[in-house]
Amino acid sequence: MTTEAATQQVMTTADGTPLKVSLAKAQRRLKIRALLLVAPLLLFILITFFVPVFDMLFRSVENQIVPEVLENTAPLLLKWDDRDGELPPEEVFAAAKEDFVKGAKAKTILRVGSRMNYEQSGFSSLFRKTARRAKNFESPYKEAFIKADRKWGDLDTWRILKRESGAFTISYYLAAMDLSYGPSGDITMKPKGEAIYLTLFWRTLKLSFLITILCLALAYPISYLMSTLPLKTSNLLMILVLLPFWTSLLVRTTAWIALLQQEGVINDLLVYFGLITDDNRLAMIHNATGTVVAMTHILLPFMVLPLFSVMKTIPPTYMRAAKNLGATPTVAFIRVYFPNTVSGIGAGGILVFIISIGYYITPALVGGVDGTLISNFIAYHMSTSLNWGLAAALGVLLLGIVLVLYYFYDKIVGVDNMKFG
Amino acid sequence: MNVSLKQSALALAAVAAIGIGSISVANAEETLVVVSWGGAYTDSQQKAYHEPYMAMHPDVKIVNDDSSAEAVAKLRAMSESGNVSWALVDAVASDAIRLCDEGLIEEIDFDKVLAPAPDGTPASQDFGNLIVSPCFIPQIVYSTTFGYRTDLVKEPPTTIADVFDLEKIPGKRSLEKRPIGNLEWALIADGVDPEKVYDVLDTEEGVDRAFAKLDTIKDQVVWWEAGAQTPQLLADGEVVMGSTYNGRLFSVIEEEKQPVAMMWDWQVFDLDGWVVPVGGPNHDLVMDYLKFATDTQRLADQAKFISYGPARKSSAPLVGKHASLGIEMGPHMPTAPENAKHTLLFNYEWWADRRDDLTERFNAWLAQ
Repeated sequence: MTTEAATQQVMTTADGTPLKVSLAKAQRRLKIRALLLVAPLLLFILITFFVPVFDMLFRSVENQIVPEVLENTAPLLLKWDDRDGELPPEEVFAAAKEDFVKGAKAKTILRVGSRMNYEQSGFSSLFRKTARRAKNFESPYKEAFIKADRKWGDLDTWRILKRESGAFTISYYLAAMDLSYGPSGDITMKPKGEAIYLTLFWRTLKLSFLITILCLALAYPISYLMSTLPLKTSNLLMILVLLPFWTSLLVRTTAWIALLQQEGVINDLLVYFGLITDDNRLAMIHNATGTVVAMTHILLPFMVLPLFSVMKTIPPTYMRAAKNLGATPTVAFIRVYFPNTVSGIGAGGILVFIISIGYYITPALVGGVDGTLISNFIAYHMSTSLNWGLAAALGVLLLGIVLVLYYFYDKIVGVDNMKFG
Repeated sequence: MNVSLKQSALALAAVAAIGIGSISVANAEETLVVVSWGGAYTDSQQKAYHEPYMAMHPDVKIVNDDSSAEAVAKLRAMSESGNVSWALVDAVASDAIRLCDEGLIEEIDFDKVLAPAPDGTPASQDFGNLIVSPCFIPQIVYSTTFGYRTDLVKEPPTTIADVFDLEKIPGKRSLEKRPIGNLEWALIADGVDPEKVYDVLDTEEGVDRAFAKLDTIKDQVVWWEAGAQTPQLLADGEVVMGSTYNGRLFSVIEEEKQPVAMMWDWQVFDLDGWVVPVGGPNHDLVMDYLKFATDTQRLADQAKFISYGPARKSSAPLVGKHASLGIEMGPHMPTAPENAKHTLLFNYEWWADRRDDLTERFNAWLAQ
């Protein structure tokens, strides 16, 4: 009796399956279809964005090469107590001999040398020299090592090796923040002549901010003009804005070199009109000025387009109504027109700022010494010095700075207010 | 998970890095992709090596890839992803030493792989002390030296000390934006015995002394990063003198006929040559090509098209006239006795140790 009542309560479809199950099935099919439709994009973003970012995060702390190649020495070193001021015991030297012979054969030992050279100059040649001779070392190994190179008798050599024997390291982050290990293993600021990255981070932020402000100052009137002029004229203006946008970045950058250099067009004109003397030509390129001018020009469309599309939607009747109600043009602009454009300013500003914070080619070409940005050093460590760990650490710090700034932007302006059109 | 994640990321990075250009198409003829520097340099290799080799082997097609500037980073990315697609790469010696340290390029058995000199001298002796790494086959000797505007200086510079002498030669000068070479020059100009430059640089006071000397001209220096910059700066009159590769200055002077002259004092010799990536394709073909392209005649032929000195001793007497200008190339070689009175060869091993920290210090010095 009770079971019969239960079956009556469940609604079923024609073939007897409960309606609930059938509905869930149909909806699941829809969900799968929707997922399949977005799958290409999802996979694309996953593979080209998230995986590299996580790989970069991982690389900035990864130190596998040392414990992997020095597989016998590293565990012993980690156990070794370096505080009593004595060299490691003989068994460490014996293990090191074994690792060197094996590593020389597998051609991996010199990688450890290059890796350790980031910690202290000299490890590269120390490892190269030792790897050549290690197979002839005989017991006692401590003496054999020290005979091959005096540095093996130096306590600091072993202390540094011990410090970097783990599978992970923070030394890349220390280097990226101008910190280093002191003689007794404590973390200290690098001396003034060697510190560089904090200056660069600060300069990158400063110049990016300046470029954003300049872009805004230039783009606001242009966008206003474009949104109020008749269609024909505004289209022409739009083409003038977009034409440089379609021109190769390198062409635009080199054009600025031709214009701004000391024997360039602008200096020539200034000298011709007698505004400056011939031996006092202005240095406007290969310095921060060059970077700011060229990047402002290149990034201007990124500010104009969002501003324009927002201004286009503001009905002209607003301003007329404001004036009708007794506002002066200035007041009408400040209290009616400007607040309506804030979403465009936000969008353009964040676009320009974030692009310029990671900008690379233009500062490399026109930045000279004080106009190069942090991205130029990331590129240097990627392609020239091969210190990928440091490049990754600098990249992660840059990413962190952007996220922090974004957080504050959201708190102060509000990301929801941003409008691209 | 970590490993597979890492590998897929790297594989992807490598695919992106290699690009479509170097995907070799499998067909009846064999394609050999040669990675080199592009521009005039690749042209000279095309004419001196590739074309004669292809004429001898009609079934081989040699394709140029101008990626040498990124070679070190790309080779490492390829090796990490386990997909090495480059067969033969042109690299400078310091990069080759680093790649060799990392086990990314093959060690070469010089006497077995390379042709002996015409008189039977084995290759290892013919190249002699230019073999700076077991993985590196030297091809040319090039030098970084100075060019100056003959019309903009009152008296021509004759010694490296003149570069640092703002009173004798006022005006801007261009130097490469790296410590290598500049520190040595600064010390020599400051009166250090050239034989002892690296001993002095090995001490903290020596490095300070070099930077102090560079300080004296710092505000008059334009720093360059690409070899083409100094020729352009000289042509525009932006600088009165500047350092660059001697081949670049040759084309400014002889091909473009600019009012520029060479100052060879303490030119810094460097080497450029071939390296073979470990695990690359077409291995047998590469070895056969290398034997041909690095023989005595071929190295001498390259000097017809670009003013860099052949790395083999036996090639020197065979250097002839420039192919299109018809000038005798011998006197324009950095190795010509008239030019090579004072020369400096990099101490590669020393720089392998100090490159990282001195570059950091150099950059910090620049930023001050």
